[in-house]
Amino acid sequence: MKKFDPTRNNKSTMKKVGYKSRSKSNRKDYEKLGFKSGLEVHQQLATKEKLFCHCPAGIYQDLHDFDAELIRHMRPTLSEMGTYDGTALMEFRTRKNITYRIKNETTCTYDVDDTPPFPINREALKYAIEISLLLQQNIVGELHITRKQYLDGSIPTGFQRTAIVGIEGEIPLKEKNIRIIQLSIEEDACREVSDIAHSRIYTTDRLGIPLIETVTYPEMLTPDEVMEAGQVIRFINRSSGKVRTGIGAGRQDVNVSIEGGTRVEIKGVSHLSWIPELTHNEAFRQKGLLEIKKELLLRINDTDEWKPNFKMINFDISDIEYEPIKKAMDNGWQLVACNLPNFKGILSHFLQPGKTFADELEGRLKVIACLEKPNMVHSEDMNPVFNEDMLKKRSRLLNSGENDAQIVFWAHESDVATAMETIEERCRLAFEEVPNETRKALTDGTTIFERVLPGADRMYPDTDSAPIPIEDEYIDSIRNLLPVNLSERLRQLQKWQIPSDCYVYILKKNLMPLMENIIKDLKVDSKWLGTLFGHKMKFIEGRIIPSVGFDYNLIYSMINFLQIQKIELDIAEKMLPIICLNPQMEFESILNSLEYEKYKKEVILKNVSSLQNMFTKINHSKNPQAAEKWIMGNLRPIALGNIPLRELNDFVLKFLANGGVK
Amino acid sequence: MIDIFKGYKGDAVEILKKYNIRVWGDVEVKTTRGDFYGIVLPRSENDDDKHIVLKLITGYNVGIDVRTITDMKEIGYKEAHYKIPEKEFPYTEGLPKVKLFGTGGTIASRLDYRTGAVIPAFSPGELYGAVPELADICNLETEKLFAVFSENMGPEQYKALAIAIGKEIENGIDGIIIGHGTDTLHHTAAVLSFMIQNSPIPIILVGSQRSSDRPSSDAALNLMHAATAAARSDIAEVMVCMFGPTSDEYGLLHQGTRVRKMHSSYRSTFRTIGDTPIATVTREKITPIKQNYNHRRNDRKVTILPYFDEKVTLLYYYPNMQPDIIYSLIDNGYKGIVIAGTGLGHVNKPLYPAIRKCKELGIPIYMTVQTLWGYVHMFVYDTGRDLMSYGIIPAENMLPEVAFMKLSWALGQTDDLDKVRELMLTPISNDITKREPYNGYLIYQGGIPEVEEFIKKVHK
Ligand SMILES: [Zn+2]
Repeated sequence: MKKFDPTRNNKSTMKKVGYKSRSKSNRKDYEKLGFKSGLEVHQQLATKEKLFCHCPAGIYQDLHDFDAELIRHMRPTLSEMGTYDGTALMEFRTRKNITYRIKNETTCTYDVDDTPPFPINREALKYAIEISLLLQQNIVGELHITRKQYLDGSIPTGFQRTAIVGIEGEIPLKEKNIRIIQLSIEEDACREVSDIAHSRIYTTDRLGIPLIETVTYPEMLTPDEVMEAGQVIRFINRSSGKVRTGIGAGRQDVNVSIEGGTRVEIKGVSHLSWIPELTHNEAFRQKGLLEIKKELLLRINDTDEWKPNFKMINFDISDIEYEPIKKAMDNGWQLVACNLPNFKGILSHFLQPGKTFADELEGRLKVIACLEKPNMVHSEDMNPVFNEDMLKKRSRLLNSGENDAQIVFWAHESDVATAMETIEERCRLAFEEVPNETRKALTDGTTIFERVLPGADRMYPDTDSAPIPIEDEYIDSIRNLLPVNLSERLRQLQKWQIPSDCYVYILKKNLMPLMENIIKDLKVDSKWLGTLFGHKMKFIEGRIIPSVGFDYNLIYSMINFLQIQKIELDIAEKMLPIICLNPQMEFESILNSLEYEKYKKEVILKNVSSLQNMFTKINHSKNPQAAEKWIMGNLRPIALGNIPLRELNDFVLKFLANGGVK
Repeated sequence: MIDIFKGYKGDAVEILKKYNIRVWGDVEVKTTRGDFYGIVLPRSENDDDKHIVLKLITGYNVGIDVRTITDMKEIGYKEAHYKIPEKEFPYTEGLPKVKLFGTGGTIASRLDYRTGAVIPAFSPGELYGAVPELADICNLETEKLFAVFSENMGPEQYKALAIAIGKEIENGIDGIIIGHGTDTLHHTAAVLSFMIQNSPIPIILVGSQRSSDRPSSDAALNLMHAATAAARSDIAEVMVCMFGPTSDEYGLLHQGTRVRKMHSSYRSTFRTIGDTPIATVTREKITPIKQNYNHRRNDRKVTILPYFDEKVTLLYYYPNMQPDIIYSLIDNGYKGIVIAGTGLGHVNKPLYPAIRKCKELGIPIYMTVQTLWGYVHMFVYDTGRDLMSYGIIPAENMLPEVAFMKLSWALGQTDDLDKVRELMLTPISNDITKREPYNGYLIYQGGIPEVEEFIKKVHK
């Protein structure tokens, strides 16, 4: 009989799933998958105080710096139908001791749920309405504070106070519009310090900081569109000037589904640039799970009858080399073997790059049964830890058949029952559907199980707060202060192909009329102009304060001057800092101070050959790009303004590619 | 009459009528601010008549300003009904039998999430549905005596409660739990301490500072602690069982006459004043702090004294209080007064004539202290000696609310002022203690280095 090769199985299942890397995938591939994604963008507001108390907002402590600690447990409450929410039950099964670390400076008795809420922070509400108006939403007549339950302990009350400010609305992407479902104002949650076994620790500094959540319809059809929508929403938030920036001030939850799959939520993605890879991989993970389902249903006639078989390991494995198992045995933990009938080839089935179905089990064992990873080994490990003899004994113990797969996990006696339930539950879900869950983003673009997705019936009215009317006059007073036609301007910037990280600067400085003139009159490339402002000018202003008399219109004159003088525009970025500091200085003098001299293009290009010659004599570097870099570095001072640097670079590359000196 | 508009009034009702919309109707609303879709929810009667509440499909509620509505259409109807699931409370041979009396507090409850109303869980089945752990502690019976908010508890309820408890004791119950709102929990605990004497079993009053519709509620743990104390403790006293620290760690068993709610919202709001609590309680065990308490007995010899005179008042003294306050009490037929005086038990001179008048008319006045901690001591200053000569009786270290309850109880059984005085000044349930232990007065002062060091290590 041929021995089962998990590596080969992983490769062949990856092929069956049809996995392609993102760089090799196009819109058609996502269309075939039925890729659909929506965003929930969380953005902290730049208020002085927290949302429902008067603690200062935005002051962070070191995770291990605290004045006092307190301990709570979260208990599921009954839903309207008298049942418990799925997440609620799972969280309760995990029996977590939740410790809050508090610092007197940033935490009061409200934060730790020992005082009812104070009236909502009006500054925050105003900012939220402002952004809601920028999204062209329908503003509610009355704000109703609602409790949204979270049983992971991230909020000491067990729920987040949140309220809808506006519904519907729209944002423009390059090629389409994306509709907005709603914008809510809510309090931020605690920061997690650690989560080990049955103990989870939070710090409460971030807790209660006002934030808004903008939710889109699931109308993004490719990973890139999801990121683009995220950029636009972030841009709109920032253009208000009323939001916090910096690490963690903006985070998104991304939901993804494919045809036949389920809405899965990837939580807390702190960088927009991670979104494409994460959503891409999630789409294929769902495809993988659908393949597994298909395969299992072929093998198993009656899934109701399917049952894993658990047995305590009763044979000697004391000479095992594997550290986690040795440690578990030293601690007197139980070692449990499990047979999964007809699961051969499933544990090593491809789901994400570097991750298989076994990871789904391992993830749930960690979260639900509180077993720290690694928490199991299995029959399709790439590096098996059981020797032949042990495997034989395990097979006999479990009465394993040819088409089965096996797991061994280790746990404290009190966690064994939950671990068994968890394994059975996840395996059974494989027959049915892609499980409804939230997943945690990893930096490599893959995700791991976080928790079961909460149901819709975890919303309760907050009996501690009265509804807050929002009058027409109040909305109008905010509307009157808004930047005009934001969407229209956004469209224009997109049409000009200006990178989105330039938008905020350009709009904040109201540079669009000037740019329009430069583009129209001087026929300058709009993308170049956008980055001249949005990157170069922004960078300069971050370091020097322009002198009195500086005016952005000088940039028009400067470009005009350079064109008349037939000087390449590359030199503009060198001139800008000088213009900022000496706005009265003649452009001619600025060029002099830059030691600019006019050279003919051919003269400059002629130098390439001799420089290359010189380089081969002095070079010690093995870097293949060293020659190009060295030559460019030497030529830049005389090239700037005389030949477009890109053109020069192309010339150098071509020269080197042709074998250099002839 | 059935309120078909469920809380809506004025302009809001007019709009609902105009467009023929029912509460629970699934509606499309056109407004000058855009379109909204959702189910029309009932509205709290105290809210204004300018808004209609909708539940959106996302589960959120929003209000629509009726002045912005241009059209409304009902496209469906989804009335919600709520009930708490009942699971039969399992009977376990060998576990103690405990009776839980409900007075209306929301010790276990859930929220009607559309109306915001809190529905108390009460039958054993409902309680078991919410706190299944109770079945491991005792065999529970429940009885709903009344349904009033804590602040509406009064003489009728006190007497009925005492009589009901007496009956249960005679019938052989092993422990009593009283579910009660927390605001006046200590008032009820005090009066029951006088009405129920010589109990052979623990009588535990319990409440919750966070209703049990919240995941972080203290209700379930308080209930488990109370059940443990009622079922298993050896302490046959009237006690309050509530959180020790704000952390979910242990409960304290406080003597009913020495306990007081000391914070408007903290979980660990109940504190024993002028003494230590009797014991700590966890789900596993009861650990006595005090050694001398009444022990559990097997007999059923309890004394029930359900008396209460409503013409008693508690007067909180303030500087420059005028005698007309006391005259109006006299005019209104008050039969006894407890004063919470300043410092060692003082009031100002302008009150003297009124106080003398009370003595003439046979209206006893008892003095307690606003400081809560410490004894009344009226020999130290002339003022005090004057006041005593006018008939004011120092009530030792009885807490003001406790003295009020005790005087009401004493006057409820006799008009003989000497007898009343004897009842008042004879300790019944540590309402007066002979000594105050050094650790009976501990209020930590935050900010002080040694205190900060302590609270960093020990959960408050
Ligand atoms: Zn606070």
